[in-house]
Amino acid sequence: MTAMNVRIGTWFKYASPQYFYGLAGQLWPWFAALSAVLMGVGLWVGLLVAPTDAQQGQAYRIIFVHVPTSQMSMLIYVVMAAWAALGLAFNTRLSGMMASALAPTGAMFTLLSLVTGSLWGKPMWGAWWVWDARLTSELILLFLYLGFMALQSSIDDPRRADKACAVLALVGVVNVPIIYFSVVWWNTLHQGASVSLSKAPSMAAPMLWGMVVMVLAFWMYAVAVALARVRTIILERERHADWVQHALE
Amino acid sequence: MQIGCSMHWSSFSEFWAMGGYAVYVWGSFGLTALAMVAEACLVRHRRQALMRELRTDADGCVGVDGRTECGERCINAQRP
Amino acid sequence: MSGLPGHPDGSSTRTCAAMLAVARRELLLAMQHKGEVLTPLIFFVVVASLFPLGVGPEPALLQRMAPGVLWVSALLAALLSLPRLFATDHADGSLELMALSVTPLAWLVLAKVLMQALLSGVPLLLITPIICVQFGIYGNSTFILMLSLLIGFPVLMLVGSVGAALTLGVRGAGVLLALLVLPLYVPVLVFGAGAVEAEAAGLGASGHLSVLAALLVLSVFFAPLATAAALRIALE
Repeated sequence: MTAMNVRIGTWFKYASPQYFYGLAGQLWPWFAALSAVLMGVGLWVGLLVAPTDAQQGQAYRIIFVHVPTSQMSMLIYVVMAAWAALGLAFNTRLSGMMASALAPTGAMFTLLSLVTGSLWGKPMWGAWWVWDARLTSELILLFLYLGFMALQSSIDDPRRADKACAVLALVGVVNVPIIYFSVVWWNTLHQGASVSLSKAPSMAAPMLWGMVVMVLAFWMYAVAVALARVRTIILERERHADWVQHALE
Repeated sequence: MQIGCSMHWSSFSEFWAMGGYAVYVWGSFGLTALAMVAEACLVRHRRQALMRELRTDADGCVGVDGRTECGERCINAQRP
Repeated sequence: MSGLPGHPDGSSTRTCAAMLAVARRELLLAMQHKGEVLTPLIFFVVVASLFPLGVGPEPALLQRMAPGVLWVSALLAALLSLPRLFATDHADGSLELMALSVTPLAWLVLAKVLMQALLSGVPLLLITPIICVQFGIYGNSTFILMLSLLIGFPVLMLVGSVGAALTLGVRGAGVLLALLVLPLYVPVLVFGAGAVEAEAAGLGASGHLSVLAALLVLSVFFAPLATAAALRIALE
């Protein structure tokens, strides 16, 4: 066996819930610590260093929680759908467990995105809610997450539940590009993209960097929570395996 | 990347008031923080409940370090 | 064996024959249980009649509301017919026979769902002008509404079939089905009702109707695949 084969074999070991349990247990504290540090930096830049916005006054600072939660709500759904696709393609148990671990966090971020958006919309637009394309499609995303969790809990057999939820997640993933591009395709009240990879950003440097750091902080938080949650899910599903008895001691 | 050390605010009450938008800004940050802390607590609670359940066998004996404190009825006592 | 160009072994004709057989079976079963086909229709009429009773008879308000109300009623009527889509076939074993057949399950599902859409949708379309009169809608608006329903109702049934397959035999299937499928119905509703409003506002309905037609094409291609996958999961 060549060295390359040994290395690939080592990586595939972690597709087994037993080994992934240990790996996740070692990794999640690091992600949590990284998230805390990034959040500290992001809040310091966002709340203390960044200047006042000319048009929106201090209310614009909601951007430092609204944008991260919105980005995460979309990212987590895509990652969840990717795990679902892997599970359907390779028939692995762990893929379904990871998708189940991600769903509640994604739903929470979607709800927060809607709530912080409302709290931003009221002073800026004068309305708690408008039925424009972006808000409506974000609301649909929340229903998709809730439907995923409801379908999961109503099917008793975990393998069948994972596969059915995988199909549902893949059908719903078409909503994510709609949310993302809604501000481009329609005239909406929601502001357009101010950050792009090709043009210079239209906002001041501290604001931009504060936002980026907060997005990274929320991303690390999501990874940490998902890894912690998947450990519990692994134990729940594999409870009759021998290694679980040893892990409890 | 330049982050100036000079704070933007001249007093704490100004910081707290957020230019009149205190309810909206602190409401958003507060709810977000609350949700994230609550989620972490729920994950921990779920794990602890599961551990309690897995450590308790059918006779209601709680296994500690592979041993139990029950009598011969307890099936844990027969495990190596 | 004769067949279409590209499939000289006759597999295309076999597929077509199988699809026609499934469609004919649906038609025969519907003829035997006419009540089951008419129930969504009656539901549609009743629900559409509830709205004027609820909001009051002011004509201008009813005219503004009519496209949305009729679309929501059609949507709910489609939702009502979804649980029955696969349940009886699952119960008597014919669903497993379809899954085991040589023809890919997706084609058979497409034939079945389109025939069901026809059976539920045609009576709905025929009664729509009468309901429109209740709301004070005449002429061009009625025509656009019927056109949007013609294009959109099959989309509702196709997308709904995915939900019906996912919840086959599951506890609380009816409400869960609604929770899963209604978010996916929102674009169809927005563009369907929006077409009539655009026409009434003088902007022309062609944009909305084009998007609806695109949704129909997409769902004809992809929904049967997702439904077949979900049915196989349910049959395991």
